[in-house]
Amino acid sequence: MKNGFVREVAEKKYEYGFTTDVETEVIDKGLSEDVVRLISEKKGEPDWLLEFRLKAYRHWLTMEEPTWGHLKMPEIDYQAISYYADPTKKGQGTGGKEQEIDPELMKTFDKLGIPLEERMALAGTAVDAVMDSVSVKTTFREKLSEKGIIFCSISEAVKEHPDLVREYLGSVVPYKDNFFAALNSAVFSDGSFVYIPKGVRCPMELSTYFRINARGTGQFERTLIVCDDDAYVSYLEGCTAPMRDENQLHAAIVEIVVKENAEVKYSTVQNWYPGDKDGKGGVLNLVTKRGHLRGRNSRLSWTQVETGSAITWKYPSCVLSGEGSQAEFYSVAVTNNYQQADTGTKMIHIGKNTKSTIISKGISAGKSQNAYRGLVKVASTADNARNYSSCDSLLLGSKCGAHTFPYMDVHNDTAVVEHEATTSKISEDQLFYCNQRGINTEEAVSLIVNGYAKEVINKLPMEFAVEAQKLLGVSLEGSVG
Amino acid sequence: MLQIDNLHASINGKEILKGINLTVRDGEVHAIMGLNGAGKSTLSNVIVGHPAYEVTQGSITFNGKDLLALKPEERAHEGIFLSFQQPVEIPGVSMVNFIRAAFNAKRQYQGLEPMSAGDFLKLMREKRKIVEMDSRLTSRSVNEGFSGGEKKRNEIFQMAMLEPTFSILDETDSGLDVDALRIVAEGFNKLRTPQTSAIVITHYQRLLDYLKPDIIHVLIDGRIVKTAGPELALEIENRGFDWIKEEAGL
Repeated sequence: MKNGFVREVAEKKYEYGFTTDVETEVIDKGLSEDVVRLISEKKGEPDWLLEFRLKAYRHWLTMEEPTWGHLKMPEIDYQAISYYADPTKKGQGTGGKEQEIDPELMKTFDKLGIPLEERMALAGTAVDAVMDSVSVKTTFREKLSEKGIIFCSISEAVKEHPDLVREYLGSVVPYKDNFFAALNSAVFSDGSFVYIPKGVRCPMELSTYFRINARGTGQFERTLIVCDDDAYVSYLEGCTAPMRDENQLHAAIVEIVVKENAEVKYSTVQNWYPGDKDGKGGVLNLVTKRGHLRGRNSRLSWTQVETGSAITWKYPSCVLSGEGSQAEFYSVAVTNNYQQADTGTKMIHIGKNTKSTIISKGISAGKSQNAYRGLVKVASTADNARNYSSCDSLLLGSKCGAHTFPYMDVHNDTAVVEHEATTSKISEDQLFYCNQRGINTEEAVSLIVNGYAKEVINKLPMEFAVEAQKLLGVSLEGSVG
Repeated sequence: MLQIDNLHASINGKEILKGINLTVRDGEVHAIMGLNGAGKSTLSNVIVGHPAYEVTQGSITFNGKDLLALKPEERAHEGIFLSFQQPVEIPGVSMVNFIRAAFNAKRQYQGLEPMSAGDFLKLMREKRKIVEMDSRLTSRSVNEGFSGGEKKRNEIFQMAMLEPTFSILDETDSGLDVDALRIVAEGFNKLRTPQTSAIVITHYQRLLDYLKPDIIHVLIDGRIVKTAGPELALEIENRGFDWIKEEAGL
């Protein structure tokens, strides 16, 4: 009985690896100005947005893929990827978004534990579900709009709130920012748009679930969150993908604007398919996330639990311009088998009395490589800036690697920047102690890892925290003994 | 309850146990004495299934089951408990979560539902009293920052929670002051029943004064060379081990 249970858990491994059989409109592979124009046309976009895309595309052509990460990146053939896949449309029609949602799509999100129906009300969460390139459905829009909150797909926002989108799109992550940001700016398909008006506290968690389904496609979503003066929002992002033996490219951008006295909490549980145990397939997760704390006393926290992807390259960052603004970065990154992660944050202190906290917990197992890379920059204007960074690494086994690359660049004498780092290992003795008390090795690892990551997990909203805990256990299945 | 026949075991290819024979019946407490390096801790590690030790010959049966065929956690579920000589620290894992995971794993093995959080905390309160353990300690990480005495108390507390039928106390008296020794020993005695048995490994008579073992074994160079009643421990206290060695022709 006992063995049966263990096997059942072990076979669970990646439980989101199924594919959905839904007719998907996929444009031909390859990238060119024509493709950029085609995407823009399919989405019925205004000229200014097409111009933005074309500028980004032309700039992208002049750039080279970054190679500074502690990563062995497979060669990406950008002409072998399809840049647009739409599972909501049957055939080549260009009907509006109001058409019926394919029941297969609904089933997919149900299977992922994301029922898009009103019962999400019980959990108090509004959801935007994005499959491949298109937002499938956004729940609770009416209820939110009573408070003036806008929560919809970015495609709709372009149509319905063009001024807002035009004002903020690219204002935090300009298209010239980096190679993948330029690519995303050229071909981004969908994503979520959030606007919280002045003085409004968003009454529920907002969340987006991203799902790559179609074969041979990339996902380039774009999220834009604007939190106006004295407003508050907590935003959750979850990601999964089917198991495929080819690498899937995911190059997203998240931009957040936080105004005076406003607060944004952004939480991610990233569980993209990590590839198989021999390192075949998996998602290449190359993401630019940045928040701009523009207003006085604005606050932004990034909390991420990263267990998926073959390669993770992302540095959710904060630009602290507003006087007295505060930023936090809490991260758990797990790598197993042949996964590689190069992740961390950038805290750019510009305003006076700004404060940032970085808590990073890396967990490496198998033959994986896990790097923390962080920059704390204090500009000459940032009197009394404070930063505290703590970067811990936990190793399981002896074939994995943990690396820490903390950069500091301080131009103000009144600033205080602290950095602490530790590396530890789960010992055989600890595991045996658990075994002797009747706790099997998998459970013991899960217990120890969750204990280690507790500081970060506790920052997640309740429902997400439970999911993240389970995920940590499952991701490390078979990593010891 | 426990029967060991001709047990040979080695670590890193070096043979430590060279043919142990030992029978422990229900309700009995056996003491195993001997010099450092004689194989006392190896014996306890082999009984609980430590992966570093390899059994090359012989058998251990526990209530009729082939113990060597079971994984360490299964042995624990069957009712075997080791009070470690040096309990490890597990940072980040609270004592409450740890013992709850162990407790519910055993219940699952027995086909029972996990105990509710409320009942579990109540049970913990009761069991803490047995070793006069402060609630501060159970809310901390497993053994982290515990003094030597607190660690040993924590071992007996876990024993009280898990209610094993067969316990091994591996030098539980080492590093304990007189008061802590009394608390730990009295705690152990409170947990004894006619259905529970134990092996106590020690160098000193002090602990045995409290535990009053039924049988004393002397382990020298991987073999049990002498077995007798409680008076043997007193004799060792006075005369040491040399005379036993001579007697055994070693």
